[in-house]
Amino acid sequence: MALSGQVWKYGDNVDTDAIIPARYLNMSTAEELARHCMEDIDTSFAGAVQPGDIIVGGENFGCGSSREHAPLAIKGAGVSCVIAESFARIFYRNAINIGLPILVCPEAVAGAQQGDALTVDLEAGTITNARTGEIYHTSPFPPFIMGIIQAGGLVPYTRERLQEQ
Amino acid sequence: MGGHTLAEKLIASHVPGSSGVRPGDLVEVNVDVVLANDITAPISLREFESLGVARVFDPEKVVLVADHFAPNKDIKSAEQCKVMREFARAQGITNHYDVGRMGIEHVLLHEQGLVLPGDVVVGADSHTCTYGALGAFATGMGSTDIAVAMATGSIWMRVPETIRFEYTGTLQPWVGGKDLILYTIGQIGVSGALYMAMEFAGPVVDGLPMADRFTMSNMAIEAGGKAGLFAVDDATREYVAGRAKRDYQVYASDADAVYARVVTMDVSGMGPQVSFPHLPENTRPVSEAAGIKVDQAVIGSCTNGRLEDLRVAAQILAGRKVHPDVRCIVIPGTQQVYLDALREGLVEAFIEAGAVVSTPTCGPCLGGHMGILAAGERAISTTNRNFRGRMGHPDSEVYLSGPAVAAASAIAGSIVHPDEVI
Ligand code: SF4
Repeated sequence: MALSGQVWKYGDNVDTDAIIPARYLNMSTAEELARHCMEDIDTSFAGAVQPGDIIVGGENFGCGSSREHAPLAIKGAGVSCVIAESFARIFYRNAINIGLPILVCPEAVAGAQQGDALTVDLEAGTITNARTGEIYHTSPFPPFIMGIIQAGGLVPYTRERLQEQ
Repeated sequence: MGGHTLAEKLIASHVPGSSGVRPGDLVEVNVDVVLANDITAPISLREFESLGVARVFDPEKVVLVADHFAPNKDIKSAEQCKVMREFARAQGITNHYDVGRMGIEHVLLHEQGLVLPGDVVVGADSHTCTYGALGAFATGMGSTDIAVAMATGSIWMRVPETIRFEYTGTLQPWVGGKDLILYTIGQIGVSGALYMAMEFAGPVVDGLPMADRFTMSNMAIEAGGKAGLFAVDDATREYVAGRAKRDYQVYASDADAVYARVVTMDVSGMGPQVSFPHLPENTRPVSEAAGIKVDQAVIGSCTNGRLEDLRVAAQILAGRKVHPDVRCIVIPGTQQVYLDALREGLVEAFIEAGAVVSTPTCGPCLGGHMGILAAGERAISTTNRNFRGRMGHPDSEVYLSGPAVAAASAIAGSIVHPDEVI
C-alpha cells in the first residue's frame, strides 16, 4: 500500500487535547471531529489539509487522553499516515485499531520539513522524501499487529475470529 | 532469567494456560472489569454493534459511568448519555452509574468495591491506571479496544517492562502523593515510562494512605506509563474490607524480579510541588511559583477528589476567605465523598470561605463545564493535565498541585506554600 502526501510537521508531545480539544468530545464522527483537528496548536490545518497528507511528529505523539476521537479526527481529515519519533501507547493502539497507519521513524522525522512530499510504502516499510531523495527504513509491525492492520482494524479482525469459533 | 514483576504476574494470571510472561510478549488477557464513560462509550457501542455480537460477555463486569459532561452540559452530551443509558438497560448492565449515583469513575469504582487486588481492568479512559494502587493491573485503552473487551471478555496486550521507584526519607508537612508523583514525572519526563509499568515502593510508600496511592497511580499515564502499581499491604486490605463482594488474589514482585530500571529518591528535602504549563513534567518546588496570580482554583478530579483531599483543603480554607479575585471550585469525586464531606462539615467550611461546591463531575478538568477558563486566565488545579487549552481557552494556563497548595493559593490570590496562609 503506497501513501503519499505533503508533510504537516509538529514537535514533541503533541497531546490529544491539541489533536482534538475536549470541548468537541460531545461529537463522535470522524467528519465532525476533523473540522477541529489540531485547531489549538495550528489553526490552518483543518482548512488546508489535503487527502493523503502526512503528519510528522516528534516524541510521544498522541500523549494524554484515551480519546479515540484523536486518531478519528486525523483520519477524518484525510491524513494517510502519521510518522513520529515515538507514540504514546494508547494513541498507538487506537490508530492501529481504527486502521490509521502510523510509523516510528526518527530519521525520517529529522529529515522532513513542513510541506515536503513523502511517499510511504507500508509493506516495504520505506519512507521516501521527494525533496531530498532520501529513503528511510522503518521496522516492520509484529505479525500479530500486521494481522489487525490487514483485516482492516480490530473490529473486522475480531469479527472474523468470532465467526471462526 | 530472574523472577517476575508484579505487572508480569498480574497479566500471566489472566492468560489461560500461561506459565509466566515476559516484557515484550503479546498476549490475549482475560479481564475482570471493562469500563467506559459518557464520552468514550458512544464510540465503543457503535463498534460493539458492528462486531455483530448480541450480548456483552458478562453484564456484571461491564461498568458504565456518566461523569465527563454529566449532568448533561448540552444537548449533544445528553444524547451521548442517553445512548449509554439505553445500552445499559438493553444489556442488563447493573453497574451503570447515572446522575444521582455517579461519581468520577476513578474515584467511584474502587470506592464501590468494583475493582479488587489481583484484577485486570481495562477502561476507555486513560486514567484507568488509578486502580493500580490496589495491586490490580489496570490500564486505559481506546473505545474500539473496549468494544472488543465488552464482547469477548479479553483483549490483546504487550507485557510491559517495569520501572521501580523507591522513595526513602520522611515527608514534610503538606506533602503527599500528588507532590511525589509530580516530582517523579518531573524527573523522568512525560515519556519517561512510555509503554512501561511503574511500580511504586520504598519506606515512604509503605506508610502512604490509600488516597495518596490512588493519586500516584492515577498519574502514571502522565509519564507515558501503562500502569502504576503498588504492592498490597495492610492499608490495601483494610480499604478493601467491607467493599469487596467477591474473593481477590494478592500478587507481589519477586525479590529477584527483573526491572528495566530502578530509580531511588530520597524525598526528605522535598516540599510541595507545582507543575507549570503546558506539560506535567514542568515540575518545580512551590517556592519557584510564588507570586504567580491565579483567577481560579480547582480542587477535585480523579486525581484529588477524595475525602482525604477535601479534608486537607478544608483544613486550610476553614475560617479563611477565598481571595476576591479568585473563583474557588471544589468538586467531591463521588456522591459518597460529597455526603461524607457534608457530614464532616467540610462543605460548610468551603461555602463559608467563598468557594463553590459542585456535584461530582469531571467538569473543568477537561475543559468540559463548571469552570472554563477565558483567554489569558490562569488556574491552580489539583487535576492531572495542564496541556494547552485543557481547561478552556487555548491561551489559558493550568498549574498543577496538590490540594494544600491549591487551597492556600485560593486564599492568597497567587500561588503560595500553605505555610504562608496558615
Ligand atoms: S477527572 Fe479529569 S482526568 Fe479524571 S476522568 Fe475526569 S476528565 Fe479524566
